[in-house]
This record gives sequence, C-alpha cells and structure tokens, in this order.
Amino acid sequence: MNWETVIGLEIHVQLSTRSKIFSGASCEYGAEANTQACAVDLGLPGVLPVINEAAIRSAIKFGLAIGADIAEKSVFARKNYFYPDLPKGYQISQFELPVVSGGQVEIQLDDGSQRTINVTRAHLEEDAGKSVHEGFGNSTGIDLNRAGTPLIEIVSEPELRSAEEAVAYMKKIHTLVRYLDISDGNMQEGSFRCDANVSIRRKGEEKLGTRAELKNINSFKFVEQAIEIEIERQIEILEDGGKVVQETRLYDPGNNETRSMRSKEEANDYRYFPDPDLLPVAITKEDIETIRSQLPELPDALRARFMNELDLSEYDSNVLSANKDVTDFFQTTLALARDAKLCANWIMGELSAALNKENKEINESPVSAERLGALIQRIKDGTLSNKTAKQVFEIMWTSEDSPDSIIEAQGLQQLTDSSEIEKFVDSVINDNPQQLEQYRNSPIEKRGKLIGFFVGQVMKNSGGKANPQEVNRLLKEKLES
Amino acid sequence: MLQHTLAELSALLLARKISSEELLRAYIDRNETLGRELNCFISFIPELALEQARRADKLLQTGEASALAGIPIGHKDIFCTEGIKTSCASRILDNFIAPYNATVVERLNKAGMVTLAKTNMDEFAMGSSNETSFYGASLNPWDKQRVPGGSSGGSASAVAARLLPAATGTDTGGSIRQPAAFCGISGLKPTYGRVSRYGMIAFASSLDQGGTLTRDARDSAMLLGEMAGFDPLDSTSVDHPVDDYTGALDKPIEGLRVGLPKQFFNSKLDSGIADRIDDAIKELEKAGARIFDIELPNTHLSIPAYYVISPAECSSNLERYDGVRFGYRCENPVDLSDLYCRSREEGFGKEVKRRIMIGTYVLSSGYYDAYYLKAQKVRRLIRDDFQQAFSQVDVILGPTTPSTAFKLNENMDDPLNMYLSDIFTVSVNLAGLPAMSIPVGFSDSLPVGMQLIGNYFDESRLLNLAHQYQTVTDWHEHTAEGFEL
Repeated sequence: MNWETVIGLEIHVQLSTRSKIFSGASCEYGAEANTQACAVDLGLPGVLPVINEAAIRSAIKFGLAIGADIAEKSVFARKNYFYPDLPKGYQISQFELPVVSGGQVEIQLDDGSQRTINVTRAHLEEDAGKSVHEGFGNSTGIDLNRAGTPLIEIVSEPELRSAEEAVAYMKKIHTLVRYLDISDGNMQEGSFRCDANVSIRRKGEEKLGTRAELKNINSFKFVEQAIEIEIERQIEILEDGGKVVQETRLYDPGNNETRSMRSKEEANDYRYFPDPDLLPVAITKEDIETIRSQLPELPDALRARFMNELDLSEYDSNVLSANKDVTDFFQTTLALARDAKLCANWIMGELSAALNKENKEINESPVSAERLGALIQRIKDGTLSNKTAKQVFEIMWTSEDSPDSIIEAQGLQQLTDSSEIEKFVDSVINDNPQQLEQYRNSPIEKRGKLIGFFVGQVMKNSGGKANPQEVNRLLKEKLES
Repeated sequence: MLQHTLAELSALLLARKISSEELLRAYIDRNETLGRELNCFISFIPELALEQARRADKLLQTGEASALAGIPIGHKDIFCTEGIKTSCASRILDNFIAPYNATVVERLNKAGMVTLAKTNMDEFAMGSSNETSFYGASLNPWDKQRVPGGSSGGSASAVAARLLPAATGTDTGGSIRQPAAFCGISGLKPTYGRVSRYGMIAFASSLDQGGTLTRDARDSAMLLGEMAGFDPLDSTSVDHPVDDYTGALDKPIEGLRVGLPKQFFNSKLDSGIADRIDDAIKELEKAGARIFDIELPNTHLSIPAYYVISPAECSSNLERYDGVRFGYRCENPVDLSDLYCRSREEGFGKEVKRRIMIGTYVLSSGYYDAYYLKAQKVRRLIRDDFQQAFSQVDVILGPTTPSTAFKLNENMDDPLNMYLSDIFTVSVNLAGLPAMSIPVGFSDSLPVGMQLIGNYFDESRLLNLAHQYQTVTDWHEHTAEGFEL
C-alpha cells in the first residue's frame, strides 16, 4: 500500500543573549552546576521575572527573516506542570498571542527541487534546567544553569513529507538563526533541538493520521533516522491492521528505535493562562523597521547573488550560502583575492578536504580566510602555479607563516623568465630524441597529447616552478620547427 | 515614648531628644510583658533590631538621616528579609531564609527603619481571620476571643496593641483594610503597581499590593512615601511620580465630592456599623465635603470573580513549593510523585489546599473559558463601574466590612461566609484602585472601619481626607483595655 508521511517540526532555538530571558544571570554554557542560576532562575519565593529586551529583538529578527507577522502585542503565558528541573512549577512561554506568526522557509532538496514550507508561529519561552541521572546513586541531581535561558520555539505546519524534507527544513532554520546571529546553533550543547510530530496516511487521504511526537532530537542525523524508523513502525502497525496511538516517544540512537514516553491520557493539562507578573510585550512599527534595517544579507539572497553577480554555479552557490561561517570565510577570501571561482574552488576543494581530514569546522581552520586570500592572490598574479600553491597551503596548515614568506623560504616562485624556461625546454628535447621523433612523425591531431610528455618533463625538472603557459608556448615553437 | 506616632517619633529622633536604641528598648520591654498574649509575631528579633537601631543612631548623629530613621517597624511575614526567616505563615516555608530583601524592606531599611518583628498572618495571605496561620491565630486586642482579621492580622493586632509603631501588610482582597477595621487602626492599600511586589511572596499576582498599617493617616503617608515608586525588578510596578503624601495632608477638603455607593449600604450591613459610618459622613460634611449617592452596579459579582481569579493565580504561584529546592520536604520520599504529594500535603494547610484545588479546576482545559475568562470580563465591568463613579465624585466612601471582628472559629467551617466578609474590599483589588480603612468609632465595644476608595494614584487625596477626619475625631487614638499606655 502507498503511504504518505506527514511531519511537522517544533524547533527549539536557544538565543545567544548574554543574560537570561527573565533574569540578569549569565547564559554561558558549561559552568559548574547551579552557579549560573540566580534567585529568579531558582524560583525562590517572592522573586519576579523581568523580560530581557534582547530576546524579543532576536525573535523579531527571526520573524522578519521568514516574512512573518510580528505581533504588536504579544503575551507571556504560564505553562503549568511539575518537574524537578522546572523550578517554578510553570514555564513562562507564549500561548495565544505569540510574538511571531506565519512566514515561509524555502528548502532545497538533493534532487535540486525546492519547496516552500509554512511556519505556523514562533514564540519566546524560557528553557528548563537539566536533570542529571549519573553520579547520584538512586537520586537525581538538578542543574539549573540552563533554567531561564531564552528560547524561540519555531512551529512548522505539518507540510513536510519525508525525513529528507524535515532535515532540509531543520538545516535551513539552523542556517537562518546563525546568519541572524541570534543563536550559536550548537547542537551538542542543546542550543538547537527539535520535536517531530510524525503521522502517516494513505496517499490521497485528506484526514491526518494519528501522530506520535518524537521528543528532543539534537542532531540532523538523528532527526532523519528517528523519522525514518518511526514511519516504518507506523506503517507496520497500520498494515497489520492496528492503530497508531497518540503519544510522546523518545528516539534512542543506540538501538535506532523510538520508545513510548507517555500516552495522550497521561499528558499534562498545562492550564495555560497569561502570566500576571509580566505586561504584554508591545512592539511598535518603528521598532520593527529599525530591526529590519539592521538585518544581514540572508542565505536565499546570498545564493542568488553568488549565481547572478559572481557567476558561480548553482551547486557552488548553494554550498557557499548554506552555512554562515562558510559564507563569511568565502566573502573575506574573495575581498582579498577578487576571483570568485578560484576562491570557491579552493574553499570547497583543498580547504574543505583538509578540514574534513582533521574533523574541523571552518571557523577552526588553521588557515584563516585572510591567509587563504593572500595565497590565492599569488596564484592570480602568476607567482604560484596551482600545484605550488598546494605545497604552500600544506605548509600554511601547520605554520603561522604568510604565503609570501613561505614562497620566499622555499624558493617556490614560479619561473616566468623565458630564457630560464628555455634552458629546461632545450635540455628535455635534447635528452629525448626518440620522443621527438615520434612527435614529429605524428599527425597534427595526435600531437596535442604527445606534447604532454615534454611539458611534464620540463615541470619536473624545474621543480614545478616553470610557468605552464610559457612552457607550452616554447615547446610548441621548438617541436614544430 | 510608646504613645507617639511615627510623625512625633521622627521629630524626637531628628532633634535627638530620644535615641533609636532607647525607643527600641521601650518596645522590646512592652513586648516582653504584652507581646505573647496576642501571638502577633512569627519572628521577634530584638538582637538584630538593636544592631539596626545603633546604626540608625549613628546616622541620626550625622544629621543626614531621613524622617523614618531609627523607628521600629514590623514586616508582614510575606516580605522576604535577608537572613531572617520568611515563612508566609506556612509550614512549607517554616525553614526558609531568603537571600534577599523585598524591595519594600530594602527601601525602609535604607530609610533607617528598624525591623523588630515579622508579623503573623493567614497562611500565604489566604484568609480573613489570621486563623489559617501555621503558627496559630493572632488575637484581637479589643477582645481576645475575637480574630484580628486577615490576612495581615499580626500587623494590625500589633499596631493596635501599641506593640509596634507601624507595620507593613499586603492586600489581595482586603487583607490590609479588613484587619485595620477589626483592630481600629488605619490601613492603606495603594494603587496596584504603586509599591513593588519584588520579594513579596505572591498569592494572586494581579491583585497583591503592599501597603501600610499605622495608627493614623499621617503615619501612612510617611511610610508610603518611602515604600512607593517604580522598581525595575517588578514589571508590574508603575513608573509614575510619587506624590508628596505628607505635604498634601493639610489641604482643606472643602468641596470634595464624596460618593456613597448604594450597593455598600444594604440591609445586610450591621446597623452599628451603618450608624458609625453615618456619624463620620456628618463630620466630613461639616468640614465641607459634598456627599453624593452613586452606583457600583456590579459589586455583587466581585466575590465570585475574585474567587476564580485569585485561586487561579494562587494555584500557579504555589507550584514552586514542591520540596525540591527549598522549604519543607516530606521524610523518606519513595519516588518523585511521593515527594511532591506528601511535601505539599504535609506542608500546606487546609485553606491553601482548598484554593489550589479551586484554582487548578478553573484553569483546566474545558473550564478556562467558563470560569477564568468570564471572571476577567467581570473584572473589566467592575473597573468600568468605578471609572463611571469617578467621573462624578473624587472619593468613594463606605464601610470596610459588613460586620465587626467575629469570634475565633466562628467562620472556620463556613468558608463562604468567611469569603463574604470581603464583600466591600475585593472589588477595589479587582479594579486595582487605592483604598484606606480608618477607625470611626465602636459598635458593641468593637472598632468600626470606614473605607475610602480613590482613583488610580490618588493616594494623597485619600490620605488628605482621612487626616482631615482624624484632626476632628480621636477614634484613632483609642487603645484597647489592657493595652493602654
């Protein structure tokens, strides 16, 4: 039977504000447990929340970036439930009037096709603390450092039709928040995580199937695997004549399976109501326009510009606009080297291979964008051939030296002086009478291939430094005479 | 020394005719002989107070002290005090010591006031009799068989018995005004947002407001002047200029328009109270006030709306008391659910649980619209009623309570009747308006309180009117038998 998958994602993005959403405590990750939680974060009696304006600005930025409506008045609501790492017994979130509603995201799929995914809403809320189960015997430890960290929860319409689309959408949101500089997007640290609502229905059916909510997935790979495995599970149930139960499930990457956490019957009644400790958030048209004017160039616009103005291929443009660090690196390199194609090739070729080998991200690259730009400049001005440039790059990878000082020290300047090159050419011709004979006896159309032997010998003898164009020109001249 | 009001004490201290330490010792002595009888205090802290008093004396010597420097005060045990237990009269916070001061406490400390006690109250301010306190009820000095009112009962009782010159309180549905009325003192609940709620343990956040319990209106004005003002730590505090409350006290009230809401003078009103209010109205007329009949047509809806909104907020505000991070934790919990259930079961009293249950119910899915949203609509109607009234009059006047202080245990098994004792006060909280209760005489030897309600941020007019009344009457100077000075 043919099944159609329906997926909606709820993505939680930690905002990289300096302090928490309702207190002055620091949001920095990795501090000793419970050292970054003040009285407000601990939910001590009598304390009150005060909104961090920076969190609101971040949410507005995101809303503008996806063409959403920004609410003139949005309201914080309490979501009430008991959990040990939820200090107040309620989470301050938004319910009826979120700050962002609507908006769209374009996703690119591997087959080159594009889809527009609608965003339902994005609201501000506070993160909870963490329960720590290891190291406390039969008890559980609570670390409230994370409590009160600002989040936006971005809710998509149930329009995603496959795990691949879900991942593409999630990656797009990830790219966006990084471009907007509102989140570090660090998935290991939990700054970017998602819940996936997954259901299936017969193709052509309009009614949605019963969904399972897969909770708290924190990598692109796991999202893909979790959805795939959940779809399989649901198909199996339905094809065996069973019924999917509405429930919350947890993905276990170790066993690649999803497990039931709680059913709908056990679900909380959150008893949302407007938080009386906080006034409604009023956002004026002027606030919105100020923030709009400060928005950076976003991936879709960059991608178009790379294709149209820089004449890069669609593939190159996609890669160079898909990650803010890569884009920044590319743009810095380009500003120095002024050759888009050459920069693109180097970043996506040599640099990317070297990074992969050492499992590094581009922002950890030992060769900075400035140094790579300087290197590419030397290719452009003829000092280096592509081949010697690779040698220089390798040295740069492990040293702090500038390309120029490496070229100098290693004597890698390209030989462009014709009389010097002529000496190499002459000696190669003289040393290989047999090949010369063969060349001269060949028909014109085959000579192009045979000349390669002589070029190779000259390059070898010159230590790769001879300018290849000049070598070609001289060889042709001499071999034909 | 004990007979003096804040204003008089201030003059004596600033002129260095008495010292803060001397004054404090006089109060400590009086408390040693009379204090225990009334159970006014949850914490009595003479040693810490002495340190504060000595500091105040140094400050007074510099000549740069503020008007309140060196004067003892009691704080309702709902205000967090750094290093001193803050229990909210609940077992669940019996071991809680806050690492911070409430803004109100902080401001009065800065002014040089001396904290002598944390006063008794109804548990989490839920009650109208002080009987829901984990530490037992505080008693009414006018009749120790009777309640002092609540929830700020300890504060009212202590000020009435002259065990303290003044005290702070909080008022969510009448918790300052009703005990002030029952104990024959002056109680002021300011406009919602006038006084910071930071560090004031929340009962119903949209209704709670800190205020004063004092011997007279002038003292209220002095205290409010220090307590009031915008606080960046409380998003609901309002950035509105603080009036010169004491400066406005002596303005003549000639021509002041005073409205009597028909709905406050119905047949259920105790006739003794009605008579005292009539007498007071005549006094005000003599002073030039003009009296008008007005309508507050939705008054009858205020109790039902209040008992939806306040429990709803309370049910959420009290979720943090879960035995996990601070406060009471049950012994040997077997699992998380047991920890939650028993810590709360054992830590909270009956009335608090009743309100948590009501609040949880009205916010539940399927009931929210019918109860919570409906109550919010009623709240708007009540606010509109008052705005309509204030287009005709400057101040609204009526009784503070439908009866005088009732007997201990009289209403404990009848929560509805207990709730109805707030009938004249809760609508003010729903509207967020300022109001005062001042003593206007006695009915069967028990004090009668008169309520004055003002428009938003019109505290100075209320204080002015109250003070003008107190300059021609002496009801505020009476003391109970056994507590004379």
